[in-house]
Amino acid sequence: MKSIRMQIDGKEVQAAKGMTVLEAARSAGISIPTLCHHEQLAPFGGCRLCIVEVEAHGGKNIVASCVFQAEDDLIINTRSDKIDRIRKSILELLLAHAPESPRLQELAKDYGADKDKFPQEASFCVHCGLCVRYCAEVKQLNAVGFIDRGIRKEIAFLPEIASKECNDCKECFPLCPTSYLQAAFVLVESLAFPRDQATQA
Amino acid sequence: MNDDRIDQIIESHQSEASSLIQVLLDIQSEDRWLSKEALSRVSEKLDVPLRRIQHIATFYKAFSLSPKGRHEVHICMGTACHVRGAGRVLEKVEAVTGIGPGETDLDMKFSLETVNCLGCCALGPVMEIDGTTHGRLSAADTTDVLQTYE
Repeated sequence: MKSIRMQIDGKEVQAAKGMTVLEAARSAGISIPTLCHHEQLAPFGGCRLCIVEVEAHGGKNIVASCVFQAEDDLIINTRSDKIDRIRKSILELLLAHAPESPRLQELAKDYGADKDKFPQEASFCVHCGLCVRYCAEVKQLNAVGFIDRGIRKEIAFLPEIASKECNDCKECFPLCPTSYLQAAFVLVESLAFPRDQATQA
Repeated sequence: MNDDRIDQIIESHQSEASSLIQVLLDIQSEDRWLSKEALSRVSEKLDVPLRRIQHIATFYKAFSLSPKGRHEVHICMGTACHVRGAGRVLEKVEAVTGIGPGETDLDMKFSLETVNCLGCCALGPVMEIDGTTHGRLSAADTTDVLQTYE
């Protein structure tokens, strides 16, 4: 049932009730870059790359389209000088963590982001939460989670669960935009439940 | 803390998952820290994944995941205390107890933390031990104060 009508990049778009602006745009073939979005997972609003300009009720606002509900009569711009400038800055900040990430490099090329704009950060994790949310929402194993907050926030495997479940799953590995997840797993594996070399053919 | 006591605390909060933080605070105030066993028990009883409890317990500074000493020493490093010599007080405490901020000594006597303002700047430099405020401290006073704690 498509009941909501709105305009995205000058194109009339119809959306069902409960859809987000991002879903509505993608269903109409309009692409918006994302990093933390995954179709099987609840919207997270973590990476902020999906920001768009929304005109409604006489005002203009910048919102994260992955968590913004579609509404009648919205006028949405997915690209403008301002949006591009902000996305470029977000990418440059993410690149400070993971300068070699192929996914980030691809986006950096589109937006002219410079990976050396900011000094490099020690952590490769960009806190997209894909691994944590996939493990909790899809697999319901809860083997990996966030710990701490702010600049010290990081992902951590729970050794008790990881030692039992992860070797047969590893479905989160390809989701990680930076490969930091794999590194974190190898580290916890070697510290908490090292594999027996003899059984490893 | 044994499992029975943890179950009692959980029941006093109607075994509601939404009371998780209250449960953790109660355990923290009795044990002065949250042990892994305690967290596992809470996770099991409230049906909240350990992953989530771990995130919450590391998010709030009120929780400690390592054992704390019998006395919690807070040294104010706010602007007023800083200019009135909080650095010297901290150095003295470090020398007497042998521990730095965030640490606990081997006898489990003191845990040391620096804080950013205790709200009584006129008394600076200020040190708080187990909630008791000691103000206008000199390095010599600091040693005397610490010696009154067993």
